[in-house]
Amino acid sequence: MAFQSVSRQEIVRQPGDTRRWWKSLTRGGRLRAIITTLILLPIGFGWIYPFLWMVSAGFKSSSEIFAGLSLIPSDPQPSNFSRAWTEARIGEYFLNTVIVTVGSIAIVLVSVSMIGYVLGRYQFPGKKLIIVLFAITVFLPEGYTIIPIFELVNRLGLANSLAGVTLAQAGGAHVVMVLLFAGYFAQLPREMEEAAVVDGAGFVRVFWEIMLPLAKPVVATTIILQFMHSWNSFLIPLVLTLSRPELRTLAVGIYAFQGEFFTDWSGMAAAATISLAPIVIVFLLLQRYFVEGIAGAVKS
Amino acid sequence: MAIGTAQRAGNLLNQGRRDQGKPLRQRLWAARWCYLFALPNLILAGMFTFYPTVMSWYFSFLDWSGFTSDKEWVGFENFREIINDSFFWDAYVRSFLFMAVAVPIQVVLALIVALILNDQSYKLGPFFRTVFFLPVVTSAAIIGIVMTFVFSPFNGPVNKFLLQMNLTDRPIDFLGDPDTALWTVAGVWIWKWFGITMIYWLAALQVVPQELYEAARIDGANRWSLHKDITLPMVFPFAVVIVLITVVGSLNVFGLVQTMTGGGPFFASEVMEVYIYRNAFGESGIPRLGYASAAALFFGITVLGLSLLQGWGLKKANDARAQMRQG
Repeated sequence: MAFQSVSRQEIVRQPGDTRRWWKSLTRGGRLRAIITTLILLPIGFGWIYPFLWMVSAGFKSSSEIFAGLSLIPSDPQPSNFSRAWTEARIGEYFLNTVIVTVGSIAIVLVSVSMIGYVLGRYQFPGKKLIIVLFAITVFLPEGYTIIPIFELVNRLGLANSLAGVTLAQAGGAHVVMVLLFAGYFAQLPREMEEAAVVDGAGFVRVFWEIMLPLAKPVVATTIILQFMHSWNSFLIPLVLTLSRPELRTLAVGIYAFQGEFFTDWSGMAAAATISLAPIVIVFLLLQRYFVEGIAGAVKS
Repeated sequence: MAIGTAQRAGNLLNQGRRDQGKPLRQRLWAARWCYLFALPNLILAGMFTFYPTVMSWYFSFLDWSGFTSDKEWVGFENFREIINDSFFWDAYVRSFLFMAVAVPIQVVLALIVALILNDQSYKLGPFFRTVFFLPVVTSAAIIGIVMTFVFSPFNGPVNKFLLQMNLTDRPIDFLGDPDTALWTVAGVWIWKWFGITMIYWLAALQVVPQELYEAARIDGANRWSLHKDITLPMVFPFAVVIVLITVVGSLNVFGLVQTMTGGGPFFASEVMEVYIYRNAFGESGIPRLGYASAAALFFGITVLGLSLLQGWGLKKANDARAQMRQG
């Protein structure tokens, strides 16, 4: 590090001395860094271009969208957003998606952390059976499970309700998340809960007030993975809201928008922008957790 | 991943304190909180993993349109019909074709980019990591719809760009031409999921100590030989896992295909998932849930066979390496 900052100063001090400048470039790997950047920059721009194009199209008039490649709208039309929000009911779909996402995160977090806790820290009759069941789920050949899920939600009387969509989004064994929690709890020292038990704390309080707060990294991973899953999910909400358009989530709503108003390009781009904005913003703010969460989940 | 997950589940068996020797009833009572804590997840797993899986097997032996009254047991009739349905085989082959093209491109390109970004002296690494990862967090269905604009033959930005650069003299109907539709979707799929494979590679590259690179750099070794001789052998065991995860991911394309092409034009991009959806819920004709289940099960078994084969390959490769080290 120190070496690098020195060579940077050299460049500033003696801009005329090209040979030395060249030497310091190649020596510190700086030339390589510059070439790498020159290659990656256009690729990176192309990579996020669809998003930039989408946001800019959301502000353009329908005739301007396909007029040129410029990303700056000549006459910004914020009305596209309000039109999408009310007329295309993106506002309603947004609220539905928030309810389903928050609800399913809560259900998954509670159920997964609880079973992870007892599997990671306790020995009890039947534990082997649970673990064998989990191992089996990994290998079961799945048929088309959306059909039985559709039927089950119907029979529970939750058909055509947000509760049904939320439950279906939260459902499943979540083997990877359970193992993350179990592995994390297993390596915490035993004294932690023993001290609490001596103080008279019960099983639930030990878990809720001592153990779970210690597992923050795994909690963060679980929230992020489930957030991505629920916010972006398509097939489950599509099938479960086929007969109740007002319960659609954003992904399904925009798919339907495409069929109903397919000439309203700018309204569509605005709707897509509204739908993608929350998850993109959360990602940019918490990207370390996203990347570590996904890398951590796969290591198992 | 499947095999690693199963192994880790096995390790849990030895966690926690044993109190053998007491009568079972006492042990059950002592563990009452454990059962209570395990219950919510077990219920969710039962309802949304085990039950649907088992039922999807059962449904595949039925002739059923979805109205509870008209279920009829037809034995292997659905499977017989599937084997004779050319649309099924077309979709089946298409799914594997998609996999065979998209997976190698994605895995290799992601490795190259990961190698570049893994260099910790490159200060912009985290920035580009974020850029390449961004599409991963977005929703496939919405991306699919935005892409129908981006690839539109009517002055969509891609065609505009190609025309301005004189790379083509007339707009290409990427999604409307049977020859290009599937491959355009494949391209978007690679773009969408590239970041996650890159992150897997970056995680794998953590096993190679950075000092090794620095030492080799001081010795004047060039990049290529460095990676060929040090990096690749060290990350090889991860490669099989990463390929496996990517293979499974490449079968999970419903959101993109349904929104970009709906399987068209003329079924040219109808992959397995879209075929199944069309038979189960599709606009064309009466829903055939039993038939769709059978098709899905048939395909599911193929995929399972494929991943077991890969797991077996991984084990063989590991054994071979262990032997090499000993001998």
